[in-house]
Parts: sequence; C-alpha cells; structure tokens
Amino acid sequence: MLPLFIIVPLCGAFLIPLLSRLWKGLADVVGNLVGAVLVGFAVYGVAALAGGSLPAVYAMGGWMPPVGIVLVYDSLTALVVLITNLVGFPALLFSTRYLDQYTGRWKYYSLFMLLLAGLNGVALSGDMFNMFVFIEIAAIASYALVAFGTRAEELESGFKYMVMGEVGSLLILLSVAMLYAHTSTLNMADMARVLQAGGLTPLSWFVLATMLVGFSIKMAMMPFHSWLPDAHLSAPAPVSAMLSGVFIKVLGVYAMSRVVFNVFGLTRSVAPQFFNLLVGLGLLSIIAASLLAINQKDYKRLLAYSTVSQVGYIVLGLGIGNYWAIVGALFHVLSHAVTKGLLFLASRSIERQTGTREIGNLGGLERNMPVTSWSYVLGSLSMSGVPPFAGFFSKLFIIVGAVEARMYWPAIVAGLFSVLTLGYLLKVINNVLFVNRDRNSSLVREAPAPILVALVMLTALALAFGLGFRPVLDWIVNPAAKVLTIPLTYAQMVLGG
Amino acid sequence: MVPFIACLLLFLLGLYAIVLKRNIIKIIIGFSLMEYAVNLLFAFIGFKQGAIAPIITRLGMTQDFVDPLPQALVLTSIVIGLATTALMLAFAMRIYEKYHTFDITEIRRLRG
Repeated sequence: MLPLFIIVPLCGAFLIPLLSRLWKGLADVVGNLVGAVLVGFAVYGVAALAGGSLPAVYAMGGWMPPVGIVLVYDSLTALVVLITNLVGFPALLFSTRYLDQYTGRWKYYSLFMLLLAGLNGVALSGDMFNMFVFIEIAAIASYALVAFGTRAEELESGFKYMVMGEVGSLLILLSVAMLYAHTSTLNMADMARVLQAGGLTPLSWFVLATMLVGFSIKMAMMPFHSWLPDAHLSAPAPVSAMLSGVFIKVLGVYAMSRVVFNVFGLTRSVAPQFFNLLVGLGLLSIIAASLLAINQKDYKRLLAYSTVSQVGYIVLGLGIGNYWAIVGALFHVLSHAVTKGLLFLASRSIERQTGTREIGNLGGLERNMPVTSWSYVLGSLSMSGVPPFAGFFSKLFIIVGAVEARMYWPAIVAGLFSVLTLGYLLKVINNVLFVNRDRNSSLVREAPAPILVALVMLTALALAFGLGFRPVLDWIVNPAAKVLTIPLTYAQMVLGG
Repeated sequence: MVPFIACLLLFLLGLYAIVLKRNIIKIIIGFSLMEYAVNLLFAFIGFKQGAIAPIITRLGMTQDFVDPLPQALVLTSIVIGLATTALMLAFAMRIYEKYHTFDITEIRRLRG
C-alpha cells in the first residue's frame, strides 16, 4: 500500500507523454484520474491508521531497517499526504481548463505528476538521503512548472526561485552528509537513537543550523522569502496553489519538524534557544509579511505575501513547542493548505475572466461571477480566522498554546495580525468583488465548470474542517501532534522495541 | 581535518559566486562549485587511510574497505546535480533569448 503513493504518480508521469501521442485529451484524463486515486488512497490511509489496520513501516525490497530504505506512514505523514492530495486533485481539475492558453499539455501534467510523487515521497520517506532525493524531485518539477509559460517574467522568477531553492537543497544535502558522518546511518529512526545516545554536540548544532537555513529557504521564512512572491505570481494558478498550499509545508514545515523533533529529539526543555529562534523567525514573518501584503496592488502578490505570514504562524506554533501550539500549527498546515489553494485558484479564475490582476482596475464582480466571488469570500474568512471556519481553530490553538507557555507577546501579536489578515483580504474582497460595480461591463462571465467544481470542492473542505473540527482533531491532528510532542516514539515505531 | 575545511571553503566560494556575481553563467558555475564541495565531502566521509575499494573478490578478506555508502550517495547526487545544472542552463538560454543579456541587474521586470 505505502509505495503506491509514490508509484502511482510516477507511473502517471511516464505514461502521460506516451498516451498523449494517441489522443491529446488523454493527458487530462490520466492526470485527473491519478489525482482522484491519490485522494482515495490518502483518505483510506487516514481511516486505516485510525482503525489500526495499516502496516506503518514498509521496508523497500525487503531490506529491513536500519540497513534498508523504509517508508514510514505514521499520523504526521498521514496528515501531510492528505493535504498534498486534497489540494492536488482540485488543482489538477482546475488545470484542465487553465491549460487552454498553453501548448504542451502533457508536459505540464507530467511535471505535475512528478511534483506529486516528490511531495508524497518526502512525507513517506524514513531515510534521510531518500528524503533529500524526493525533495529534489519535487523541487526540480516545481522550478520547471513555475516557468512553464516561458514569458520573460516567468523565466526571470523561475531562475531566481531555482537558484535560491538549490542553495537550500545543497545546504540540506550538506547537513545530511554531516549527519551521516556523525551517526554512520541514514535511517532516520536509527539516527535518532544514535543522536540520543551521544547527546547534543557542537556538530549537531552546526547541522541543525544548516538544516534550519535550508528548510527556511524551502518554506520561505522571512529572511529567505524573496523567491516566493515572484514565483507565485508567475506560476500557473494550480501550481501556485500547490506551491503555497502544499509544497512549502511538505518540504519546509514537515521535513524540518520531522528532523528537529523526531531525529534530533528536541523539545522546548532540552533546547530553549532553538525554539526561541523559531518563535522569533515566526513572529518576524507574521509581522513583516503582513505589513508588506497591505500595500500590494496586485491581488496575487498580496496572496503570496499572505502565505509568508501564515507560514510564520505555523513556525510560531512549532517554536512555542507545547502540545496545544503544535496542534494549532498542524491544524494550520491543514486549513491554510485548503484555503490558500482556494484563494489562488479563485483569484486566477478572476484573472482568467477579466484579464487583469490590478486591484484598482476591477470592481463589482460579484454580480457576474457569484460562485468564484463567494468562494473567495469564504476562503478569506477562513484564512483570517473568523469563527466557524478552519482558520479560526488553528489560530485559536496557537494562541492558547502561547498563553499556556506564558508567552503573552507572541499571543498578542498572533491575534492582532490575524485581524490585519482580515484587513488586507477585505481590501481585495471589497474593491474587486463588491464596490465599483460600474468599473466592469457586464461582459465578464462566470468561469467554466471544471474551475467552479474545483473551487466548490476546496470551499467545502475549508468549511468541513471548520465545522467538523472535532473529528478532524481526533482523527488527524491530535495523533500527528503526539508524534511531534513525544519525539522518541518515532524511533520505537520504526525499529520496534 | 584539512580536507573538510577545504570542502567548506569550496562551498563558501560557490556561495560567494552565487551571491555576488552578476553574470548568470557565473552564478551557475558557483552553484556547480557548491555541489562539488558537498560531493567531495561525501567522498571524504567514506575515505579511510590505506583501505581498498569495496569490491569483495573472495570471502574472508581481511583488508579494510572504504565505506561504499557515501560513494553510492555521491553517484545519486551527481545525477541530481546534472539535472539541476541542465535546467539552470536551459533557463539561462531562454532568459538570454528574452532579455539579450546575462547580467542579472538588467533582468528586472518584476518588482517588490
């Protein structure tokens, strides 16, 4: 079962170029089929994990750990795989009509499949070097996808993104090399045991620092964020949705927290300085990126800065490091993935129908594009943490965690900038969707059906995660938070005993 | 210790080229330098003085082998490096077609 998460999209990636020679439409069919199948697997995986029937460790080729490469499916992996595929499928559905403006449909789908394979692989891998390889698969696919349009701006931002992303990847590879030199093993669980036995040496701090910088570049933390707004702006909308919703979380947040919590076994009591650094980085991202977002005239760039600030919340939650804060951070991974995916797709739907991205040139779209407009409104409300939606609970838990840890200033900042989020999103809603009805002629039409289906799907998910937060917490988020808060269970689960 | 410091210096040299050079091709060369530094580090990690290549010709050999695992990892990372370098050069070519320059200070149509 576990290898299928990687095999299915990989097979899709190689079949699509072959099959699309027969008939061009097969690229759409196969791509969406793979997306749907992966959603099925992810949901089944969560259910099976809750029922306790799924084998959590798969040894590739029958070579047992710590010698062989393993795939590990625990609750944290389940959460990450779930968001990857839940956002991936609507993005693929959206692509069917989005690609009308490009040639080379099969190339796009092939790359998208590789991206999915890489993301699922990062989440599943229980081997350090293997994780790096999957990070590179996902990253290289994303560089090519960002520049897919091959216009001047897209190439420029693609190159910028690629150089920064590759420096990050090389830093990760460097730290993997040093970790191997330090522990003589590549299996993460085995590594955790060796590191526990040896204690934290200066070398492990150096490795942690290198990794933190590498992963910060991948997740666009504030000092390293400059690739993200350009890349999101230039990428095709489904790719922006994947990048912002999933990519930075899997490659950045997930991989970092796996390494920090499960491999190094750090907790707040062991390494308060490191966790304070995370809190500082998180707050910096929240504050600076929100302030940058307010002044944007381009609604896609505004969303990109908003992503940087929302990732700040996740890192803040991880940095606070107690149970509720981590629950909040993981819930935010879930809710932000769905809502930011939704917002990117909706804003692209607006761009597609009106042909502009300037907030000042638009107005009163609600009358002509009701579905797009209302999904944008609901997504914005969820993003800024208005009560019945998913975003509310994640931010609430982070703030509860901060108060519990007696970190009142971070709690206040988190609350305050949540209001600011609502502020800059309302600016878009108000100007683009409701006022200035005279600014647009009635020529603007609602987007075609597959786009609307994708939007409605993500809106429904954002609502469902909010209204049904109890089951989501019990089945998905709480078990995943336990993996992080009790760091050594991971090694025990993988190696047994 | 010396080889490790040399690797780090090579890595920093590549980083210097990426951060401070203005020509895209030089940036790509800097990137390759960084990548070679990491690969070299891997090879040094597996190295052992006086050991032979890890090829088992008969059972019960008593000589020391060098660690074969980093060598396998280096092979993988060289292949990844090939892919990334190729993609970067492809970017460079397409950027030259659009902007008619390799100077990154002149490739600035995006702002903010």
